[in-house]
Amino acid sequence: MTEVTRRDVIKAQAVAAAAAAAGIPIPAAAQNLITEAELTDLKWSKAPCRFCGTGCSIMVATKAGRVVATHGDAEAEVNRGLNCVKGYFLSKIMYGQDRLTQPLLRKRDGQYHKDGDFEPVSWDEAFDTMAEKWKKALAEKGPGAIGMFGSGQWTVWEGYAAAKLMKAGFRSNNIDPNARHCMASAVGGFMRTFGIDEPMGCYDDFENADAFVLWGSNMAEMHPILWTRLADRRFSHSHVKVAVLSTFIHRSFDLADIPAVFTPHTDLVILNYIANYIIQNGAVNEDFVSKHVNFRKGATDIGYGLRDDHPLQQAAANPNSGASEEMTFEEFAEFVSEYTLEKAAEMSGVPADTLENIAKLYADPETKVMSLWTMGVNQHTRGVWVNNMIYNVHLLTGKISQPGNSPFSLTGQPSACGTAREVGTFSHRLPADMVVKNPEHRAIAEKIWQLPEGTVPDWNGAHAVVQNRKLKDGEINCYWVQVNNNMQAAPNMMEEGLPGYRNPDNFIVVSDAYPTVTAEAADLILPAAMWVEKEGAYGNAERRTQFWYQLVNAPGESKSDMWQVVEFSKRFTTDEVWPAEILDANPEYKGKTLFEVLFANGKVDQYELTEKAKEYGNHESEDFGFYIQKGLFEEYAEFGRGKAHDLASFDTYHEIRGLRWPVVDGKETQWRFKEGYDPYVTPGSDFEFYGKPDGKAVIFALPFEPAAESPDEEYPFWLTTGRVLEHWHSGSMTQRVPELHKAVPDALVYMHPDDAQAMGVRRGSAVKVESRRGHIVSRVETRGRNKPPKGLIFVPWFDARQLINKVTLDATDPLSKQTDFKKCAVKIVPVGV
Amino acid sequence: MKRQTALIAAILAAAIGGAALAQQSVATLRGGTPLADNADPMVIPKVVNTDLRQVRNYPEQPPLIPHKIDGYQIDLNANKCLTCHSREAIEISQAPMVSITHFMSRDNQFLASVTPRRYFCNQCHVAQTEARPLVENGFVDIDSVLEYVKNQQGGSD
Repeated sequence: MTEVTRRDVIKAQAVAAAAAAAGIPIPAAAQNLITEAELTDLKWSKAPCRFCGTGCSIMVATKAGRVVATHGDAEAEVNRGLNCVKGYFLSKIMYGQDRLTQPLLRKRDGQYHKDGDFEPVSWDEAFDTMAEKWKKALAEKGPGAIGMFGSGQWTVWEGYAAAKLMKAGFRSNNIDPNARHCMASAVGGFMRTFGIDEPMGCYDDFENADAFVLWGSNMAEMHPILWTRLADRRFSHSHVKVAVLSTFIHRSFDLADIPAVFTPHTDLVILNYIANYIIQNGAVNEDFVSKHVNFRKGATDIGYGLRDDHPLQQAAANPNSGASEEMTFEEFAEFVSEYTLEKAAEMSGVPADTLENIAKLYADPETKVMSLWTMGVNQHTRGVWVNNMIYNVHLLTGKISQPGNSPFSLTGQPSACGTAREVGTFSHRLPADMVVKNPEHRAIAEKIWQLPEGTVPDWNGAHAVVQNRKLKDGEINCYWVQVNNNMQAAPNMMEEGLPGYRNPDNFIVVSDAYPTVTAEAADLILPAAMWVEKEGAYGNAERRTQFWYQLVNAPGESKSDMWQVVEFSKRFTTDEVWPAEILDANPEYKGKTLFEVLFANGKVDQYELTEKAKEYGNHESEDFGFYIQKGLFEEYAEFGRGKAHDLASFDTYHEIRGLRWPVVDGKETQWRFKEGYDPYVTPGSDFEFYGKPDGKAVIFALPFEPAAESPDEEYPFWLTTGRVLEHWHSGSMTQRVPELHKAVPDALVYMHPDDAQAMGVRRGSAVKVESRRGHIVSRVETRGRNKPPKGLIFVPWFDARQLINKVTLDATDPLSKQTDFKKCAVKIVPVGV
Repeated sequence: MKRQTALIAAILAAAIGGAALAQQSVATLRGGTPLADNADPMVIPKVVNTDLRQVRNYPEQPPLIPHKIDGYQIDLNANKCLTCHSREAIEISQAPMVSITHFMSRDNQFLASVTPRRYFCNQCHVAQTEARPLVENGFVDIDSVLEYVKNQQGGSD
């Protein structure tokens, strides 16, 4: 193609302008303007964005059964008309030409075969094969032999239906969401400090804060629309300060008044230093602390969530211990006193004056501070601790639960809060923050579900990383993955994930819209309806629940995940899956299908099909004969109403741009735990952290402990992984949008130019990135948007062709069981391709 | 226009009746490389630098950047993009002016200058490399859909 310069274009434009002025007709296809209203009228409907946890509202235009345009919803509080580049291209995510349209089963000679080729089969054959495997595993080994891995991208009712089928139907708690990789440490932090999950503040804090402190978060790329609110505040009000802390320089540093690059894992040190600074400088809000805070000393040396026989696990004194004991303020002050400025500067590598400037933001009583964090803190072998320690500094200063004073845990997925966390899809949880280990909580669930006592099992199920280990070990044999790409996303793929899925003893089912890496590792692939091809609900990071209608039909035979779960339940009777003692004590449940017991139970099926919106399709309700989304939602909402998790009525959410729970008397709650904002706070108490029995939040004394794997002579680099703006998660949607793919086509190894030079490579050189577990081959980038310090590389994980999780380590936070994807040791070897 | 109509019909037909062939490898984006293997990485592609503006998929789509932006400074101190795309600069640069939407505050009021909420241009506008799509995308724009609708209604082409 001839090189056309900007000058040429300008020249051409000038010619056109001259021609127009002279009245010469110019050939322009745009003159065929179609003006008939009947044709040009588009149907615009709202839907939350399909991508991150920000929860932007989108206006979606449809015509003739196709999505033809999308834009940011001007009426939505969250984004007020804006989208990021991914959001602006939502129109195209459903139209990748390789959409799955039929179930595909691995077969040889007309039979299922673990090593067979994928062949199209009917839904009947797919479910028959699945049911046979499930029944065999349940009969031979019991509920522990089946498992399910879901997602923070499940709609509320998809997650609810799946959790109910697993926990109450199959009586197995081996269900976990990919939110385990994403938000589990945040959940652990909330439960430990406050006794109740999810942020006390909301996005209105962005317009009220005087200072923002980013703990390891790169909001400019990962939460771009919240970044627009933060940037708006910073640029519009000159007193506002932004501090950005990370282990490498990234785009968020472009707005940093106080930039700080710290040595991986030393956030533990910096936070204890800040607590020490606050105490040493008399900045403790003594009135607040004395009334609303308890102090506790946490157990230490808690291990790294590795397999029990791993040397690091065996060396730990208190593996997996979240225990703590009471302590006084004075004892806490003594505990953090060793974290001096000098020590913090030395260990973190951050200049002392920078650390002091950050500490001052928290210590100054006149500065309202919003702390923000996501994966840098959560994907951390001490992730729960770091969450606790961020709350420590906000609690010491009383900077919490008021506009602009806000420790704010950002969310990675569109419904990590609304579904994965609130619905109780974690292996240890039930809806509304309840847990399976608590007999009272199980009894509440059984009552709402109208099920016999003892139906919900009392054991914690296998979480994400343990599920992969149990697949490898042949302990879980039937496994269903929905709405996520865990072969690409989970750590240590070569030693755990891939051998687990391909273990001949196992039958793996993957539901997805596209043939992902995970789908290829499966035995049966089920085609899924996605996003606006189904009616849905998501809950974002500020507790906002948002609904959408089915706007277009899914291609071919694809069906929503909820349809798949509910339809599958029809293939089992209670006699096949429940023990005789439960059925003998409750004979009225005998011989019923799980569909009848769980979904056609008089509650979920109580809303007529006629109640659904007439102008929109609803493929699940049309199949089942009742308005199933409404039934599932209203049954689920029973768990939270009156328990500080109140949701509004189903119909309300279809009308408005979402509400932040608890919704009491039709009114949403912006700031929890603060009198005047939160109706659950006892009048006269000012603040009340009612998740704890005594209404007091907890400040935890926790030390620095080293990372699970640090660079050494053989593996001299830190590897940190993450996302890029243009791709979301594993790229299964965004890599199929040509504009997004062409913007960022490949994963690259971001490294310091001096490191590159030292090993004789430069930008574009091919290198092997290798750990003790596996390797990938990629290319060096020394001038890109990410600028690591010497000794650290960054590799994004969206690229299906470069699976960086072949390299990562499956060490987790021992409390939250969330993997540390930000730290392991690698070597880099130049290769000649 | 006939061609576009045929394209839509083909896409709709494929969506309804598409049959996959028996195969081991289905992960389209990996191009057939087995999961345990690593293909040679693609060469870092060049950034398209033609200055030729591209048709938008729909009017609300942020235009793509048809030139290199390597090393462009967009930070607390300066915004390089505005040196050509600001209201004042375009007479000299002949670059497109930033959209008027970019002058609107969060409350939909026009400001004296570009709103800071739109300050970081590359949150929405991205340059393109010469990389080829890994898989075709069957999105069709509204003109093609309208053409299809007209034909369904028996209108002339």
